[in-house]
Amino acid sequence: MSSDTTPPDSDPKGQRRVHNMLKLYYGLNEEGKVADQAESLDPCDINGLHFDPDVYLNKLRKECSLGELMDHESCMVKQIRSLDSDMQTLVYENYNKFISATDTIRKMKNDFKKMEDEMDCLSANMTAITEFSARISGTLQDQHAQITKLSGVHTLLRKLQFLFELPARLNKCLELQAYAQAVSAHRRARCVLQQYSHMPSFRGIQDDCHVIMEQLAQQLRQKFRDGGSSAKDLSECVELLLQLDEPAEELCDKFLSHAQSRLEVDLQGLEAELKDSAVSDTGRGSVQKTSPGSNPVSPSSSSVNNPFLSPTAGTDILEFIDRGCNEFVSSLCLVIASYQELFINRPQEGEFASKNIPEMANGKLHVFVDTLAARYFSLVERRIQEEKGVSDNSLLVRALDRFHRRLQAISKLLPGSAVPSHGTEIVVRAARERIKQYLSALQTFYHDSLTDVRQALAAPRLAVGGASASGGGASSKDDTPSLPELLASLSNFILNQLKSVLASVHLFTAKDITFSNKPYFKGEFCSQGVREGLVVSFIKFICQSSRQYCESTGDRGGSTPPALLLLLSRLCLDYETSTISYILTLTDEQFLVQHHTPVTPVTALCAEAREAAQKLLNHYVKVQGLIISQMLRKSVETRDWVNTIEPRNVRAVMKRVVEDTTSIDVQVGLLYEEGVRKAHSSDSSKRTFSVYSSSRQQIRYAPSYTPSAPMDTNLLSNIHKLFSERIDIFSPVEFNKVSVLTGIIKISLKTFLECVRLRTFGRYGLQQIQVDCHYLQMYLWRFVSDENLVHFLLDEIVGSAAHRCLDPSPMEQSVTEVICERG
Amino acid sequence: MEDDAPVIYGLEFQARALTAQTAETDAIRFLVGTQSLKFDNQIHIIDFDDENNMINKSVLLHDAGEIWHINGSPADKAVLTTCYSKTSESRVLTCAAVWRMPPEWESGSHESPDDSSNNPQTLELLCHLDNTAHGSVACVLWEPMGDGKRLISLAENHVLLWDLQESSTKATISSSATLEGKGQLKFTTGKWSPHHNSTQLATANDTAIRGWDLRSMSQIYCIENAHGQLVRDLDFNPNKQYYLASCGDDCKVKFWDVRHINEPVKCLEEHSHWVWSVRYNHSHDQLLLTGSSDSRVILSNMVSISSEPFGHLVDDDDLSDNEESQQEDKGKEPLQDSIIATYEEHEDSVYAVEWSAADPWLFASLSYDGRLVINRVPRALKYRILL
Repeated sequence: MSSDTTPPDSDPKGQRRVHNMLKLYYGLNEEGKVADQAESLDPCDINGLHFDPDVYLNKLRKECSLGELMDHESCMVKQIRSLDSDMQTLVYENYNKFISATDTIRKMKNDFKKMEDEMDCLSANMTAITEFSARISGTLQDQHAQITKLSGVHTLLRKLQFLFELPARLNKCLELQAYAQAVSAHRRARCVLQQYSHMPSFRGIQDDCHVIMEQLAQQLRQKFRDGGSSAKDLSECVELLLQLDEPAEELCDKFLSHAQSRLEVDLQGLEAELKDSAVSDTGRGSVQKTSPGSNPVSPSSSSVNNPFLSPTAGTDILEFIDRGCNEFVSSLCLVIASYQELFINRPQEGEFASKNIPEMANGKLHVFVDTLAARYFSLVERRIQEEKGVSDNSLLVRALDRFHRRLQAISKLLPGSAVPSHGTEIVVRAARERIKQYLSALQTFYHDSLTDVRQALAAPRLAVGGASASGGGASSKDDTPSLPELLASLSNFILNQLKSVLASVHLFTAKDITFSNKPYFKGEFCSQGVREGLVVSFIKFICQSSRQYCESTGDRGGSTPPALLLLLSRLCLDYETSTISYILTLTDEQFLVQHHTPVTPVTALCAEAREAAQKLLNHYVKVQGLIISQMLRKSVETRDWVNTIEPRNVRAVMKRVVEDTTSIDVQVGLLYEEGVRKAHSSDSSKRTFSVYSSSRQQIRYAPSYTPSAPMDTNLLSNIHKLFSERIDIFSPVEFNKVSVLTGIIKISLKTFLECVRLRTFGRYGLQQIQVDCHYLQMYLWRFVSDENLVHFLLDEIVGSAAHRCLDPSPMEQSVTEVICERG
Repeated sequence: MEDDAPVIYGLEFQARALTAQTAETDAIRFLVGTQSLKFDNQIHIIDFDDENNMINKSVLLHDAGEIWHINGSPADKAVLTTCYSKTSESRVLTCAAVWRMPPEWESGSHESPDDSSNNPQTLELLCHLDNTAHGSVACVLWEPMGDGKRLISLAENHVLLWDLQESSTKATISSSATLEGKGQLKFTTGKWSPHHNSTQLATANDTAIRGWDLRSMSQIYCIENAHGQLVRDLDFNPNKQYYLASCGDDCKVKFWDVRHINEPVKCLEEHSHWVWSVRYNHSHDQLLLTGSSDSRVILSNMVSISSEPFGHLVDDDDLSDNEESQQEDKGKEPLQDSIIATYEEHEDSVYAVEWSAADPWLFASLSYDGRLVINRVPRALKYRILL
């Protein structure tokens, strides 16, 4: 309160301090303080902490005019006054509060004094109460002990009564068949009786009880043995017997054997069904056999019935499995569950725990389940094996799924059991088997399709033959089913079939199928099973069977129509170029194949397909070449060339050769591209032939007229060197029309040459050969890649004929031309 | 050591007939018969001088006609048979005859090789194998290892067994057999088996191979469709009595065990055209020679069906190679069936191949243009077989 003493107008600093202290006291200065500090740095701030009156005065004096100073002074005085009055008010208020507080304190002092007196009084009362209470309990003590004793005696007496009544009660229970009650009663009494058995009265009771309980156990066993009772009854029975200290092992055995007899019935039912379906299955087999032949023309319709047909005689596999699941598996589960409840999962009471019953019982249960499951599995497996028709894979998959799913229940019930894994094995085996079946079905389908194609090829072929005999083979080409169409349809059929098979097989890996997430179905099934076992095997099979067409029919053109060879060759080539990779990609995509094991690469398959295609085409060339060769050979061998007449026309066989070559050209052109041929002039037949007959022929034949023969061989070899590259007659051809035709023509002409060399010709014989060769020259050059080849071979033929001629006087070139043009 | 280059000899005329002189065991000698319709045909006697790698030729005139087949007597080296075609009255007939070479051909040719062609000596006719009743003769076979007295000729569909009498100047048919069947059956070739005391004969007609017992003149086996097309030639394995090689127009060479005729024992398909001739080496029956109209001659090593045991080839050193390869050779598998070499010296179809009778490592091949090529088995292989 020192500020009160200082004059208010001269010491604003002191006033500030008072203000602050007040503020502090009432706890409302936090914000203001910050603001103060910001201002306080200015010594001229009248409210600041660092306010310096001299500086302020000086400043005012310097800055302001007199009037302003006067104003300022009056203002200042006004402020001082108001502040002064404020302070007085505050002081007054505080003084009042202080006084009232002092009053309150004085009043409290008075009240406390009164309270102290009351407390003293209370404690005195409490002491009195304690005293009384102690006195009371002292008097009551004796009586309480007596009551306790009496109540103990009462309990004992009640127990004794229970004991004495026990035999009667047990008997009554026995009569009422309330076995459970009896057993629980007996159990309660048993140990007591045991304990006091040295006393005769108790002994009597015990003996009585024993007899009764023996009887009861007998009855229970009887009931247990009867087998007619329900599972629930049975388990109750077992429980009671167990409580009667019946040996658990025996009980397990009995229980299991009883369960077995019931499960046997289920199994027998299944077996009987199996036999029924086996009988009907053989009947179905005969149906299947007849069906492929019944619908040979259109593979599309036959594919519906063909190997994929399975009339549902007898129960289908789904029904069978269903029945198995519902009857056998579910009752097995029930047995397992109740057994476990009885013997394994019992609350471990002292006696039982020591005997290791759960372990023993568990062992027994496993053996039991395994034997029964083995029988069940063998039945299921037999049934699955009967599932030969590949009609509806979804049925089988669903059946297997159900089968597998139900076994999961067992695995849940019986964690250590091998049953589910056996079940999975069966599923895996079934899947493998199925893949095999699909493969063979595909193979059958392929063969059937080929037979269809063959028939389609054969039928119009006869028509062509008849037409060409009457003159004009090419005209009836319209009737033949076009090779490209056949090829496309064949290839489509196969592809579609393969796709549908893939789709069917895909069911095995569908997400909702329980076994699809087994490692086998995720890995091996996809890569080894489907990809290798099915797709790759099938492609290999196609190549294989194609190759067989080349090998088995090596004799005399064989029974395979050449067109089929050509078709297959193209098919294989298409496979090589696109289909294989398409199929494999499709498979890989569908099955998400992860190749853990090495798989056949696409390139290897392509190489195989290409090889097959090449072989087929080579064989085609060979067969067609041989057909023409045979004609030429017969025509040369059967004719008497020495005594033939002067040639007037081209021999019919040559026309036939040209016709056949043309039709082969058309045939090959349908499936293969043109190919590259060496450039030739527009009228090459005439040009080269004239050269050959005028100049070269003269040169070549000249030596044979002169005795100086050595020149001949020199010249011959020189001419040969012009065509230095050796002509391989039966050489591989390329995949184009020109190459194929070149191959065929080479074979034919070489045969012609060799046959001519074995004959002897008269003058007209030679001339006939000349005419024939000219005719061939006119028509064959256009088919081959290098016309020089044809010229060379024909030159050789005429040259050889000239050598083998008794009177070699060749015909005038112009005459041969005229004859040939006349036809 | 390099293999010697092949020796080539050119004839003036075209030729098909080639034989080794069977009875000659000292000199390497081949007989070639020419085919010419307009000139006198010749028989070229080709002597090969192995040391100097040179050829000496002598020419004998064969004016009866062009020669289709030639065969030397196994007993008398001067005696040979030819099948030749004779044209008379616009009819061509192939006849067969037994000839004797004039005794002085050898001396004459050496003195004046240049004019031998101008003044050739003529063969001396011993006898005709009269075939007017039986038609054209396809081939004449001598009794192998016989005394030169017995012959077989195959004429059309007849098998004729001849006895030569009065120092081969007279031939009489001692027995004959005829192949009956539908169509015009015609033997193309045949081979007299050297086994079974020379009592068996194999013939080919069309695609079938037939075996005959000469004692009863009856057929003992028949391999129908032995080849896809015409069978061109046959040869018996000289060391294995039931083994037979055949070749034909299907470009294949097949090996048969005549006891199991359903399937060939082995089949080779190396030629790219008809195979006209197949010959076993006389001493080492794994060596097989084939000639084809693709102008190639192929020498194959058929170890797996030869009479020589496998192990024999392996255990010895290969002299032609150095130490290192010896090491390799020791570890080698037994030789596989393989082509040893393909000879491409011919420009025209090769119709005949023949091993030399004197040197088992030497063979000749003849192509239609009259080119005769003499080749040797590669030395490396020779030593492997020998050692």
